Amino acid sequence: MDLNYSPEESAFRDEVRAWIRANLPDEARDKVLNYRELSKDDLLGWHRTLAKKGWVAPHWPVEWGGTDWTVVQRYIFEEECGGAGAPPIVSFGVRMCAPVLLRFGTPEQKQRFLPPMYRGDDFWCQGYSEPGAGSDLASLKTRAIRQGDHFVVTGQKTWTTLGHYADWIFCLVRSDPGREKRQEGISFLLIDMRSPGITVRPIGLLDGGHEVNEVFFDDVKVPVENLVHEEHKGWTVAKYLLGYERMGTGNIAVSKRELARVKALAGPLLDDPRFRDRLTRVEVELMALEITNLRFLDQLRGGRPPGAEVSLLKIKGTEIQQALAELMMQTAGPRAQAFRPVDPAATFDRFTASLGARYCNMRKATIYAGSNEIQRNIIAKATLGL
Amino acid sequence: MNFEYTEEQRLLAETLRRFLATGYGFDARAKIIASPQGYSEDVWAALAEMGVLGVPFAAEHGGFGGTTVDMMVVMEALGEALVVEPYLATVGLGGQAVARGGTAAQQARILPALVQGKAKLAFAQSERGGRWDPRHVAVRARASGDGFVLDGEKCAVLHGGCADWLVVSARTAGADADAGGISLFLVERGAPGVAVAEYRTLDSLRAADVRLAGVAVPREALLGAQGQGIELAEEVLDYATALVCAEAVGAIKYAHDATLDYLKTRRQFGVPIGSFQALQHRMVDVLIAYEQARSIACLACVKVDTAEPAERRRVVSAAKLRIADAARHVSQEAVQLHGAMGMTEELKISHTFRRLTMLAQAFGDADHHLARFAASG
Ligand SMILES: Cc1cc2nc3c(=O)[nH]c(=O)nc-3n(C[C@H](O)[C@H](O)[C@H](O)COP(=O)(O)OP(=O)(O)OC[C@H]3O[C@@H](n4cnc5c(N)ncnc54)[C@H](O)[C@@H]3O)c2cc1C
Ligand SMILES: Cc1cc2nc3c(=O)[nH]c(=O)nc-3n(C[C@H](O)[C@H](O)[C@H](O)COP(=O)(O)OP(=O)(O)OC[C@H]3O[C@@H](n4cnc5c(N)ncnc54)[C@H](O)[C@@H]3O)c2cc1C
Repeated sequence: MDLNYSPEESAFRDEVRAWIRANLPDEARDKVLNYRELSKDDLLGWHRTLAKKGWVAPHWPVEWGGTDWTVVQRYIFEEECGGAGAPPIVSFGVRMCAPVLLRFGTPEQKQRFLPPMYRGDDFWCQGYSEPGAGSDLASLKTRAIRQGDHFVVTGQKTWTTLGHYADWIFCLVRSDPGREKRQEGISFLLIDMRSPGITVRPIGLLDGGHEVNEVFFDDVKVPVENLVHEEHKGWTVAKYLLGYERMGTGNIAVSKRELARVKALAGPLLDDPRFRDRLTRVEVELMALEITNLRFLDQLRGGRPPGAEVSLLKIKGTEIQQALAELMMQTAGPRAQAFRPVDPAATFDRFTASLGARYCNMRKATIYAGSNEIQRNIIAKATLGL
Repeated sequence: MNFEYTEEQRLLAETLRRFLATGYGFDARAKIIASPQGYSEDVWAALAEMGVLGVPFAAEHGGFGGTTVDMMVVMEALGEALVVEPYLATVGLGGQAVARGGTAAQQARILPALVQGKAKLAFAQSERGGRWDPRHVAVRARASGDGFVLDGEKCAVLHGGCADWLVVSARTAGADADAGGISLFLVERGAPGVAVAEYRTLDSLRAADVRLAGVAVPREALLGAQGQGIELAEEVLDYATALVCAEAVGAIKYAHDATLDYLKTRRQFGVPIGSFQALQHRMVDVLIAYEQARSIACLACVKVDTAEPAERRRVVSAAKLRIADAARHVSQEAVQLHGAMGMTEELKISHTFRRLTMLAQAFGDADHHLARFAASG
C-alpha cells in the first residue's frame, strides 16, 4: 500500500494546475466561488476550453477524445479543477449520455452525437423523472408510439436540470404499455429540444433560483434513428447510466475547497470549540471519503461499470456537502438572514447573503440522482443481501 | 400543575386562527411578500382590531395585561401561518423595552398607539462581528447639551425598515464588549442622521442595517437607567426568545402535519411512501422532536415571567437550544421526505423550511445558547 503520489503523478498535478491557472477565466471562477448562477456561456465556455485542450472527457476511449489517463490522474485532474473554482462540466452529456452511447449506441449514433457533445456544441439534459415517477422511476408514463420511421412522444418530464439551456434531452419513455413488468416496455430516446411540441416551464426553487424545469411533450416526432439500444429495452440502458450519474455526485474536490473556505470565513469562530469540533468532524469524514473514493476507483481499473459502492460515495459525499454549507451559513451569524436588498441599487453584501440561500439549495443533494434513502435501499439489497 | 390553556387563551387562539385561515392563506401571503412594503397594513389593522397587538400590554394603554403563556398561543398561530408582519419586532421587542423600561410619559406616548396599530417598533441592538452578544455595542452615545448624539452602525434589525421607532442600544461609557455603560434610546426612524438599508430576509420577512450619523436625541429619549441598559436589553431579548420558541412550535407543527400528510398520500412503488419503515421511523422522530419542542417552549414561556434573571437566562437558553435543534431537524426532514417537491417555491413546506432555519438562529443559534446554558452552572 502506498497512498502517496508518484513523482510522475506529482509532475502531472503541477502541469494540470499550471494549465488551469493560465486558462480559467477570472469571471467564471469568481462566479463559482461566490455562488452566483452560471450562465450557459459560463458553463460552455469552460467546456470548450477543456475540449480544445483535449481534457473535457478523460474517461472516454482515446479514439473519441479520451485521455487514457490512469484513475489517479483522472482524480488529480478533478481535484485541481474543483480546487481552482472551475465551473463544473455539465454531466448530462459527457458523463451520462456518452457512456450510454459508447456502450449501446450504433456507429452512426456515436458519430453523430459524440463529437458535438465533446466540443460543447450541444447542451444535454436528463429526462427521467416525472410527477408520478421519482424514486419509482419504472412507473414512468410518458408515451412513445411507434409510427413507421418515427416515435410520437406525449407526456411530461419534470425536475429537468438546465432544461432551459438544453439542445438535447435523453428520455426514458414507455413504448409498450402492455407489458406486465413495468421495467419492460421502456425505451431510451434522444430528443431534439427544438422539436415542435416541446414546452419548457421553469420551476422556482426554495433559494429563489431557477435550475430545474418541467418539460412537456405534445405529439413530438422523434426519428427512429434516435432510439438507443433495442426498442422496449431502455431499462437496461437507464440502469447503466444511473451508476455513472451517481459516480459524479461525491464532489470531493469541491468539498475540499469549501472546507478551506469555511475555515477562512470562520475567523474568530474557530476559537469556539463547538464550531471547531463540528468542522473538524466533517474534515475527518472528508479525509476518509477521499481514500474510500480512491479505493473504489482502484477497483474500477479493469473497466467494469460502477456498482453499489457508488451509492456509498453519493450518501457520504452529499452529507458532507450539506454539512459544509451549513457551517458556512453559520459563519455569518445573524447576518445570514439577509437575502436580497429591497432597493436593487443599494450596496449590499451579496456574498454573505448567498450563504443562507446556498444552505437551502444544497438540500437537493440528498434528493437528486437517487435520494439517499434509495441509495441505502440499494446497498441493503445489493451489498448486504437484505 | 396544569397544562391546559384557559378558556380565554383558547378563544384568542381560535379567533386568530380563524382569521389566518381565511385571510392569510398561501396565495394571500405570497402577494404580501411580493408587495413593496413586504407586509400588509390591512392585516396589521386586523391584528389591532382583534386585540392581538395589545395582548401583553397593560390595560391603561389599551392592552390585556397578558402573560407570556397568552402570547404563546398567539405566537404558535403566527408560526403555523408563517406570518410576516412585524409582530415580534413591535410587540415582543421594541414595545417590551418601552413597557419594561420606559417612563410613564414614554409609555403613554408609544404604547396606546402601538396597541391601536398606529406605531411600529424595532430593536436595533446587533452589530457586525458581535454575533448574538447584546454586550457587543460599539455605537456611541455622546452627551451633548441637554441630550445625546448617536453614531455607529447596527445590523440585522428585524423590521427596522417599517418601524416608526427604533430602540437603539448605544454606549454611553465603557469599551466595545463591556456589559456596563450600555444605554437604550428611543429614536424616531425618520430622525435626521438615521439611514436605513432594508432587505428581504431568507424567510421573506424584512430586516435592515441602520446607520446612525450624528443623530441628536433629547434626554427624554433615554429608555431606562443610563449605563445600565444591558439588563433591560437581556430581559427583552429573553422574552422575545421565549416567543420565538413558541412561534417555532407552530411552524414545526405545520411541518409535521404536512409531512405526515404527504407520507400518507404520495405513492411510489404502488404504495404510500409512508408504508416504508425507513420513513416511518424518521417521521416518529419528527413527532418526538415536536413534542419535546412544545414542552420546552411551555417551560420557557412560564419561567420568563416568574424566574429570577439567572434562572430565566438558564431556562430560556435551554429552550432555545432544544428549539434550534428541533427546528433544524424537523425542517430538514420535512424537505427530504417531500423529495423534490420539498424544494419548490410553490409549496408552503419550503417556506416553512426557511422560516425554521431563521428561527433556529434568531437571538442565538444552538451553539450560542448551549454555551450560555453551560455557563449558567
Ligand atoms: C434540484 C434537483 C434536480 C433534479 N434534476 C433532475 C434531472 O435533471 N432529471 C431528472 O430526471 N430528474 C431530476 N431530479 C429528480 C430526482 O431524480 C427526484 O427528485 C428523485 O428521484 C426523488 O423523486 P421524488 O422527488 O419524486 O421523490 P419521491 O420518490 O416521491 O420520494 C419522497 C421521499 O420518499 C423517499 N422514498 C421513496 N421511495 C422510498 C423507498 N422505497 N424507501 C425509502 N424511502 C423512499 C424518498 O427518499 C424521499 O425522501 C432532480 C431533483 C432535484 C431536487
Ligand atoms: C436487560 C433485559 C431485560 C429483559 N427483561 C425481560 C423481562 O423481564 N421479561 C421479558 O419477558 N422479557 C425481557 N427482556 C426481553 C425483551 O423484551 C426482548 O429482548 C425484546 O422484546 C426484543 O426481543 P429479542 O431480544 O428477541 O430481539 P428481536 O425481537 O430478535 O430483535 C432483534 C433486533 O431487531 C429489531 N426488530 C425486531 N423486529 C423489528 C421490526 N418489526 N421492525 C424493526 N426492527 C425490528 C429489534 O429492535 C432488535 O434491534 C429483557 C431484555 C433485556 C435486554
